[in-house]
Amino acid sequence: MSMPLAEEHEVQHLPVEFADEKESIKITGFWMFLVTDVLIFGSLFSTYAVYRGAVAQGPSANQLFQMGPVMLETLLLLTSSFTIGLGIYAMRKGNVKALMGWMLVTILLGAGFVGTEIHDFVSFAAIGATWHTSAFLSAFDILVGTHGAHVTFGIFWAVTLLFQLKKRGITAQTARKVFTYSLYWHFLDIVWIFIYTFVYLNGKIV
Amino acid sequence: MPSFVSYLIHTLFPPSVRLPDILLIDVGLVFGIIGIVVFLTKTGRWGSLWRDWLTTVDHKKIAVMYLIAALLMLFRGGVDALMIRAQLAAPGAHFMPASQYDEVFTTHGTIMIFFMAMPFIFALFNAVVPLMIGARDVAFPRLNAMSYWLFAMGAALFNVSFIIGGSPNAGWTAYPPYTGLAYNPGPGENYYFLALLIAGLGTTMTGINFLVTTIRMRAPGMTLMKMPMFVWSTMVTSALILFAFPPLTVALAMSLFDRLFGSSFFTLAHGGMPMMYVNLFWLFGHPEVYILVIPLFGVFSEVVATYSRKALFGYPLMVVSILAIMFLSYGTWVHHFFTMGAGPGVNAFFGLSTMLIAIPTGVKIFNWIFTMWGGRIQMTTAMLYQLAFIPTFVIGGATGVLLAVVPADYQFHNSYFLIAHFHNVIIGGTVFGLLSALYYWWPKMFGMKLNERQGRWAFWLFFIGFWVTFTPQYFLGLKGMTRRIYTYPAGFGWHQLNVISTVGALIMGAAFVVLVYNIVWSLRFGERDLTGDPWDGRTLEWALPSPVPEYNFARIPVVHERDAWWAMKQRGQSLAGSLRAEDVHDVEMPKNTPIPFLIGVSFFVMGFGMTFKWWPIAIIGFIGVILCLLFSGFDYDDHHHLKADVIRNTEASLGRLQG
Repeated sequence: MSMPLAEEHEVQHLPVEFADEKESIKITGFWMFLVTDVLIFGSLFSTYAVYRGAVAQGPSANQLFQMGPVMLETLLLLTSSFTIGLGIYAMRKGNVKALMGWMLVTILLGAGFVGTEIHDFVSFAAIGATWHTSAFLSAFDILVGTHGAHVTFGIFWAVTLLFQLKKRGITAQTARKVFTYSLYWHFLDIVWIFIYTFVYLNGKIV
Repeated sequence: MPSFVSYLIHTLFPPSVRLPDILLIDVGLVFGIIGIVVFLTKTGRWGSLWRDWLTTVDHKKIAVMYLIAALLMLFRGGVDALMIRAQLAAPGAHFMPASQYDEVFTTHGTIMIFFMAMPFIFALFNAVVPLMIGARDVAFPRLNAMSYWLFAMGAALFNVSFIIGGSPNAGWTAYPPYTGLAYNPGPGENYYFLALLIAGLGTTMTGINFLVTTIRMRAPGMTLMKMPMFVWSTMVTSALILFAFPPLTVALAMSLFDRLFGSSFFTLAHGGMPMMYVNLFWLFGHPEVYILVIPLFGVFSEVVATYSRKALFGYPLMVVSILAIMFLSYGTWVHHFFTMGAGPGVNAFFGLSTMLIAIPTGVKIFNWIFTMWGGRIQMTTAMLYQLAFIPTFVIGGATGVLLAVVPADYQFHNSYFLIAHFHNVIIGGTVFGLLSALYYWWPKMFGMKLNERQGRWAFWLFFIGFWVTFTPQYFLGLKGMTRRIYTYPAGFGWHQLNVISTVGALIMGAAFVVLVYNIVWSLRFGERDLTGDPWDGRTLEWALPSPVPEYNFARIPVVHERDAWWAMKQRGQSLAGSLRAEDVHDVEMPKNTPIPFLIGVSFFVMGFGMTFKWWPIAIIGFIGVILCLLFSGFDYDDHHHLKADVIRNTEASLGRLQG
């Protein structure tokens, strides 16, 4: 008697990136990666919470933070999260041109965010508030800096995706890549909301 | 120019690596490398090395590479252990200088945990998990190769410290301020942080990979409660890795930034708090000890069922207890530093949560015993390790409960009692389990059995050596001997016990020699496994020929029961000679790629440059990483189709095709 055998090739009616079994597994994998990233930020947030008062001879959060640039950064990043959402909507409709357009807008908004943040950090350094000054500044710099580095990486990632979309259009593979990129971008947006609340707003109040 | 040369010599070969024993090993290494190069060139195997190993994405070959690396690191860590024991054998001894002693106990711990036990466990994951769940590979074969090369390059970077620049010397936990630049200026600790960051990146990827593999790649019909216990333990371990390694990454990165870029995370002068590092480290470190032991709980569950010829007793309870251990392991990290003085409330909470873990562990112990109850037990080497494991782990666990009693811990803390306890659980649990798995799955990996007679010799030497080494250490701890102590004066009553312990370590060293002899002998003369099912196994990997063909399953089986292969055999079904030629189709297989290897090399270059703050070299490595990422991003040609005819021929040559 022979062993029972499984059917190969099953067809499902889902968006292209989910219909393809291999690509769908990669999306699951990307969620797992996001779990590790949540924990990275969790560790950084807890370090910040512990170190918030450890200002040594340096400035405190209240003295240091300028809300103007932070508001601008928030506006830019939240808008970019909306535009990448529109991009995914266009991708589901099969409109590669609109997708690339919205991604370009997202990239520009992200670049605006990173530019503002770098300007902010440089102005802190100008008044001597580097991460050598105090444990508070170390924790602040590594938390916000890790987020900024993620956004920067996301911008370069998006640029490479634009080239791939231009060459290949919307296939199961490119759609999966764009979809995981959008997950990543939304995730950074959520992290920023926490940074905005617990670091900046809280820093101004306490 | 001469000043540059003298700078190089001073930086790369400071006095700490110009000891006679290290120079001797340097000479040995040079000759060894020349020998390997000559051998590869003479036999013309460079091409085969590149095609079959360096660029492979086959989980079975990656398993072999992990295994080789783990055994090499077991040797290195073991030699470190023997050096420690030699130094401690006599009061007031100067077997080696104190600075070298610090390096040796640091590298012993780090290598045994991160570069021996972890890769050995990943070797087992890679070797059998896809086979057990009826899959053709892991979820992400290229990521899997990348995990391996990141681990291997991290291990290489760590070991290079031995001959270039000086080894890390702040203990395997690398607490600040011991690692602070002010107190520890050499490159040693940079090596430690960078090597662990690189290897940790690979480990995190392995966690993601095997979690997705076990969630998404199971054969049809294999529901969660029909998975073999080893697959359950893989899933739980991967989840633990996913949640444990990020805090470690953060703690290591902060320490590294303090040393390289002048941040103030753990420097007291600017408000930094060393205890923050300790918390983050053990937030990783405690789940880590379960990462080390849970896979072996899975191994023992397979081994005991196979050699008792009975289904595992209390399977649902085994699953529940493994999950309970997973959740509880996150609530116990403070028990590593009760003496920090967090207050009676905190200490009582963590003391109790630690004791609580004994309950699900005890449940598992009873279930293994009940599995043997009334079974027809075969006393193979793998089973001997299982039988040795039960009492050893129970005693190790019991001394752990003693340590969890907070007031008592103030006495035991950092004494040899602790050393004896954690060797008792890590060797008794992890290493016994790894060796059991080695004998159990060796035929599946290599196509021949390991010689049982030699295996029993190795087992008895190892088992007896283990107890002779660590029993005296409990008493040394009670007599007040603290860990990491360089030497001690005569008259404390520590001498005899230390001598006994050293004798035990030598017996364990002899066991390792017998094990290596056993492997080498069996590779040449071992009994070939022609059926693919030498132990009359229960799970799907034994349905395949040994060694397993590239594509694993010509057709993916459907699973109806828990011990799927056993149930098929009971119904008279088999894969052998039953597959119809028209049932075989083309199979999509991942294509070999050099990118994982090259990305590993780039990380190595980057890590080496950063260790010595040679930024141009670090930047070259970084650019290499970026180029590899870019290349793989644009590389869509990542798989090929294995033709049905090729599979038919292979299956027919193995006598598994009908007609």
